[in-house]
Amino acid sequence: MNGGGETHHFRRLGVIWAVLAVAFDLVYYFAIGPHVPPGTLTSTASGAQFDFNILFLVAFPVMAAVWVYWAYALIVWRGSKSDLAEPEGGPKSRGHLGIQVGWIATTTVIVLGVFVFGTVELIVPAGAGGGEGPSPIWTPTSHEVLPIQVIGQQWQFTYRYPTFGGFESRQLMVPAGTTIAFHVTSLDVIHSFWAYQLGVKADANPSVDNVAYTTTKQPGAFTVRCGELCGLWHGAMYNFGKVVPKAQFFVWAQSTEHRSAANTKNLPPFAYTYVPDANGANGGYYPDNVDPYSKVETYGATSPGK
Amino acid sequence: MAIDTRESVSAEHSGHTAPPVRPTRRRPGWLGPHLGRALVGAVGGYAFGHWIGNVIGSGYINVQGSGQNDVAIVLGLSIGVVGWLAGAGMLDYPLAKIAGREPLPPAPSKSWTRYLGPALDHKVIGLQYTVVVLLFFFTGGLLAMAIRTELLNPTSHVFGPGTYISVVSEHGTIMMMMASSIVIGPLGNWLVPLMIGSRRMAFPRVESFSLWIFAAGYLVILAALPLGGFPTGWTGYAPLQTQATGGMDAYLVGFAVIGIGMICAGFNLLATIINYRAPGMTWSRVPIFVWSVLATAALLTLATPTLVAAGLFGVLDRTAQTAFFVNEHGGSSYLWENLFWFFGHPEVYIMALPGFGIVAEIFPVFTRKPLFGYRIAAAGMIGVALLSFFVWQHHIFQSGINPDMRPLFMLTTELISIPTGFIFLNTMGTLWKAKIRYEVPMLFALAMGFNFLIGGISGVFLSDVPVNVTVHGSFFVLAHFHYTIMGGLVFAFFGGLYYWLPKMTGKMMDRRLGKWHFWAMFIFFNLTFLPLFLVGLLGQPRRVFEYAQNLQTLNDVSSVSAFFLGASFLIFVFNFVKSIFLEPKPAPPNPWNSLGLEWQTPTPVPAYNFARIPVVLADPYHYGTSDGQAVADLGPRTLSLAGVVAPAAGALDAQAVTGEEGSADPRPPIA
Repeated sequence: MNGGGETHHFRRLGVIWAVLAVAFDLVYYFAIGPHVPPGTLTSTASGAQFDFNILFLVAFPVMAAVWVYWAYALIVWRGSKSDLAEPEGGPKSRGHLGIQVGWIATTTVIVLGVFVFGTVELIVPAGAGGGEGPSPIWTPTSHEVLPIQVIGQQWQFTYRYPTFGGFESRQLMVPAGTTIAFHVTSLDVIHSFWAYQLGVKADANPSVDNVAYTTTKQPGAFTVRCGELCGLWHGAMYNFGKVVPKAQFFVWAQSTEHRSAANTKNLPPFAYTYVPDANGANGGYYPDNVDPYSKVETYGATSPGK
Repeated sequence: MAIDTRESVSAEHSGHTAPPVRPTRRRPGWLGPHLGRALVGAVGGYAFGHWIGNVIGSGYINVQGSGQNDVAIVLGLSIGVVGWLAGAGMLDYPLAKIAGREPLPPAPSKSWTRYLGPALDHKVIGLQYTVVVLLFFFTGGLLAMAIRTELLNPTSHVFGPGTYISVVSEHGTIMMMMASSIVIGPLGNWLVPLMIGSRRMAFPRVESFSLWIFAAGYLVILAALPLGGFPTGWTGYAPLQTQATGGMDAYLVGFAVIGIGMICAGFNLLATIINYRAPGMTWSRVPIFVWSVLATAALLTLATPTLVAAGLFGVLDRTAQTAFFVNEHGGSSYLWENLFWFFGHPEVYIMALPGFGIVAEIFPVFTRKPLFGYRIAAAGMIGVALLSFFVWQHHIFQSGINPDMRPLFMLTTELISIPTGFIFLNTMGTLWKAKIRYEVPMLFALAMGFNFLIGGISGVFLSDVPVNVTVHGSFFVLAHFHYTIMGGLVFAFFGGLYYWLPKMTGKMMDRRLGKWHFWAMFIFFNLTFLPLFLVGLLGQPRRVFEYAQNLQTLNDVSSVSAFFLGASFLIFVFNFVKSIFLEPKPAPPNPWNSLGLEWQTPTPVPAYNFARIPVVLADPYHYGTSDGQAVADLGPRTLSLAGVVAPAAGALDAQAVTGEEGSADPRPPIA
């Protein structure tokens, strides 16, 4: 088996690799890709799915190249107990300029390609659902952005809707077909707002307003989990939310606003961040020079106080 | 035999007349420095520090009525560590110097008890390190199985949430501490002087110190459990850290203690590799393992101080009520994240590079071919080490800090995969038209390649910011770094153990048991962690005790496999005890017919390694050449031709190098 020429080995390896890579990529693209998490409930979710799939379609041939070569080498070039002669080694097996330069060039091209692709996919969909901090640099083009505040505290998430009187709810309802700005903050330690099927993840830091954008598509249900270890009951810090049609959302939001009006009065006025007092309840102030309603277009309803 | 590092040697050379010194009396053995005295010192030191802490802190408002005095815990742990070091004799030398006495070298001893006390021989320290890292590793492994037990069922629980999160945190921290030294400590200390043709490390006392303070770190981090555990995981994010109970102090002090040990081990190795290479050991002949240790040691020395500083900030926040990490009082919760990961990402490569070195060392021996692309391998390791300082923010992509920096950190993270990928170029090139010998070390090296490929490629997914939104903080990350650290480094470490133990202990490990260990570990490792990629992708966050019902099957596959994975190490322990102690089979000096300089010494390696400093003639990878070039000129009586002309006769006659076995220690002057 050892006698074959270099081109002979290369040709065989190339054929096995190409067949495997193409076959797997095709199967993956058509059969597996569309089902890859986090699904297609929002623009950022389907963006994440698309990115994951593209990376996988690139990654598999790379992995296959290594695996095919290794499997081939382990079988074809195994030594035997009887044959103690050394293989052909010597200076010329210490390195091959063409192969080394080719390797570096290939990996560099792949890596730069992945980088350019990732950057475009990060910037174009306005941060791709990740937390962008208090002053986002990639903002959505839509003029109708619904702000929803996510408040993390040990060990639950609550949600405030500033455009509906600033009521606070433990239920996260989101209208379909809408661009949403999640303003994520925390009252105590670092949490992470991970709305899995929405393709949104943003850390909740105390005194920080961390903004993440997404645009919902069709109605559906989603899970919210805390994505950053936050203490004892981190594992139990989850709840469920829904994307509902716009009309239904309005009904829910307005009725909840009225129902909880008495409660809302006792809450600290809406702000992007809160400094809790010792009881964690009474605080709340507007940071200097910040008008909570200036950054985003309001959605339908009028701002409280106007 | 102890290594003589007395400065009087050099003083004589430089013509100074040393002032008259009072001799130090040697105490009886049981009073001298050893493990038992160290334990007594640790307990006594803790009690003393705790008492002082209570005196200082009991008047503090935040202490009164809280039932917890962090000052007492921090001082107890810190002075306990000092007591441990004093008991182990680590302070004898500086104290004797201060007192104007001539410090004594440790009593020369050939008995096994020399492994229980301070040593100046890098080979003794290397074996001590081996025992300590295995202790770390098996403790962390048992905790891992506790985690997997809890995750057998999505809703019914074995542990309460407090116990569970403590177990998770303890597992992570112990394993990270272990992994930072698992190769550098045992193999780095044992092998580097032999590989570069040196008789000793540059700073033997510092080497011993780094071992004993590393062992102290084990006790400190274990002390977190009786102190109430800590809820932050190994990352220790503030302000959760500031809020946590007493165990958190053990985490902070423990990481600082381990960090000091890492810095000491790092600069000692750096100094040794740079300054103690034998004549002819040029940079283009240094074994690739030494290159990997060099890169790692640079990372240890440069990155770890950040961790120690961050730990100090944390301790101050918890005791002196400063506010480094408290946003409301002018600090920043991002500060810990950045300081921690500025250490933490180089740390990740501290836990990868030595594995590359071992694999690159094993491949040529068992393929009987030169290492393909030696220069590229060395350059790759240096490249990884440099780039690793510029990627840390990829751990906090979703944190809300610096969104404009994300493309940059995505780029650096993906760029680092280029030099990392060189290890595949090296191993694949070496395999080309080889004659592969499937010995146990080679199996581990091959498995490392398989696992690390999965770990590395999944890392590219994580570095892509849009995909990171989904997989960050999930079991996908967890599977990724277990593939790189356990699948990469730990597999390489065990490969290295099977490869070098015959030289380190003078006994051959059982080959059949070794293969059983390998296959059990390889199969169950993959069955444990491959499903966890899916689990993470399907939405299970890390460090939770409850998860979605539909993920139970995958979690159970992982859990059951984890138990078998744990059991596979019993085979190793059994093999180790049987082959080294119960039915020892003496190992020939060079059982694998390696060209490495370390294999050209007799077994057991004499205290001074080489009868005289060898003159290195070639790099250790010229397999398959017919000119029979020697690796090194080891002495007047022999030239090593091991494995080159007649592989079957590669086992060099041990007597040839040093003369009579067991003859008096040559005690050559250390120039």
